[in-house]
Amino acid sequence: MGEYKLLLANVDKPDSEKLETYRKSGGYERLRKALFEMKPEEIVEEVKKSGLRGRGGAGFPTGLKWSFVPKTDEPKYLVCNADEGEPGTFKDRVIIEKDPHLLLEGIAISAYAIGAHEAFIYIRGEYEYGAQVLERAIKEAEEAGILGPNAMGSGYDIKITVHRGAGAYVCGEETALLNSLEGRRGHPRIRPPFPASKGLYQHPTVINNVETLATVPFIVERGGDWYASLGTEKSKGTKLFSISGHVNKPGVYELELGTPFEELIYEIAGGIREGRKLKAVIPGGSSTPMLTADEIKGVKLDYESLQAAGSMLGSGAVIVMDETTCIVKAVYRMAKFYAHESCGQCTPCREGTRWMVQILSRIVNGKGRMEDLDVLLDMKNIMGGNCLCPLGDAALGPLISGITKFRDEFVEHIKTGRCPLGG
Amino acid sequence: MRAVIDKEFVSEATWNKIQDLMSRYPDRRSALLQVLHAVQDEKGYLDMEAIKWIAKLFKLPPAEVYSVASFYTMFNLKKVGKYLIQVCTNISCMINGAEDIVRHIEKKLGIKVGETTPDGKFTLITVECLGSCGKAPAMMINKDYYENLTPEKVDAILDSLK
Ligand SMILES: Cc1cc2nc3c(=O)[nH]c(=O)nc-3n(C[C@H](O)[C@H](O)[C@H](O)COP(=O)(O)O)c2cc1C
Ligand code: SF4
Ligand code: FES
Repeated sequence: MGEYKLLLANVDKPDSEKLETYRKSGGYERLRKALFEMKPEEIVEEVKKSGLRGRGGAGFPTGLKWSFVPKTDEPKYLVCNADEGEPGTFKDRVIIEKDPHLLLEGIAISAYAIGAHEAFIYIRGEYEYGAQVLERAIKEAEEAGILGPNAMGSGYDIKITVHRGAGAYVCGEETALLNSLEGRRGHPRIRPPFPASKGLYQHPTVINNVETLATVPFIVERGGDWYASLGTEKSKGTKLFSISGHVNKPGVYELELGTPFEELIYEIAGGIREGRKLKAVIPGGSSTPMLTADEIKGVKLDYESLQAAGSMLGSGAVIVMDETTCIVKAVYRMAKFYAHESCGQCTPCREGTRWMVQILSRIVNGKGRMEDLDVLLDMKNIMGGNCLCPLGDAALGPLISGITKFRDEFVEHIKTGRCPLGG
Repeated sequence: MRAVIDKEFVSEATWNKIQDLMSRYPDRRSALLQVLHAVQDEKGYLDMEAIKWIAKLFKLPPAEVYSVASFYTMFNLKKVGKYLIQVCTNISCMINGAEDIVRHIEKKLGIKVGETTPDGKFTLITVECLGSCGKAPAMMINKDYYENLTPEKVDAILDSLK
């Protein structure tokens, strides 16, 4: 357990983004192996065996997702989700900017595995630098005959196109992303049909996160069983964690799943700044319920352990808050985020997130009433499970956990009309 | 009769870029966001004239193009300053002093969030997470990132912009 550099093995090398550097460490040999020595079904089988689960937040088994794609002749598409908008998350950016060829190799292998000849990288508009790095890398790989028509002389065509988003968190949701990729407003679609049967342009489509796809070359190289030997019994492999907030060494770290939470915070990330005490942690991006300092004791960073602790691994975005943090304000800020990003299609999400903001704003400004807390907690019944996409439920994560676990702090704001921490 | 598009509305470089963008997808409409970006990159913002021009290019009603453009926060439908300052105030930046950065910029430029300086040089807005949370607080000015901000650092950055 602890740090394990698989995805991050290249990122610190000089000129790590260049094709030449990438090829020196065996780059694109996994694509060659896939194209010349493996049938698409064999790759899907290895990925299933590896136990790899989606790293974008939902944790769906990747091999299983791929196996839903029908074996028909119609066009199929692979879409790489590089929207990275979940607050606290900045892991995909490292791969995109520092090891773009690893991502391209992963995309090419995955496209071949599902029978797609065309892939799109949907990258958030703010990552303009990353988009340019990817475009340069695609050009390099095409000029070298690795990507493009007849990739590596295999007879298989692989085209990869970079598509820039334009600032909308909801477009990270896979069906909203497809609408955005089609040049429309980023409204999530009603499911079914699922993208695997009717996705981009109503054709079978697989959408995977950057980190998920960047893992595929290693599975092809060393086998699914090898990958499955990393991590825990149920959470296999390594995972990128973006840790931010009040720690001495914030950043992106790659850990074997199952590494103790406290090891990440106190050793790897250098502990809490200025010797302060830990107050709360958001373990997997702003949508995941927060945990108190006590609640993370003995908890391991893997899918099952975090679920057992009452939260989620999510995108692996760990936000650390020390004792000086006002939880009321933190919850208010996250509620504002969800209200701003709600696409407005479903009433519970559109109205619910607005109410949250109004009520929380009142509490933050010293005008709160005790009944407000019950109204806020009741949002769970109003919004929970009543929305078209998971954004509505996500908005409840910080709200409900914050009020439940730090109720005293909310009460004090309401009773005294002030923040006990002076915030 | 085909609607004639006035190529001169954008520079030759932008026109060529648009042609390239529109040839990249199985369905032309997919290039809409990319073309909105390209036109905004040249003009700084997208007024109704730009929206109508793009609509003609895609053979779509202008209202449809407007509806798409207005969904995305990165498209400026109103004029903005030469430098668009976008300060992240989301959670990781907030707990690392983003509000102080916003207040500092407001004071320095004499404007509030959402406003533009009278000389048209700076517009200040706050934005959601930029994916720089490990180097908080962070901001973007136009397309460039600035991270680990302090008031002093902000002064140096703003003073360097001509
Ligand atoms: C509101 C919302 C935002 C999301 N944002 C992202 C994102 O930025 N990146 C991402 O990979 N997945 C995001 N997801 C998850 C995607 O819908 C999808 O599950 C994921 O891209 C699938 O890839 P994976 O199986 O490889 O994780 C988001 C989901 C929701 C509901
Ligand atoms: S839950 Fe919210 S973001 Fe998702 S579709 Fe409904 S209104 Fe849009
Ligand atoms: S919270 Fe500011 S960059 Fe992520």
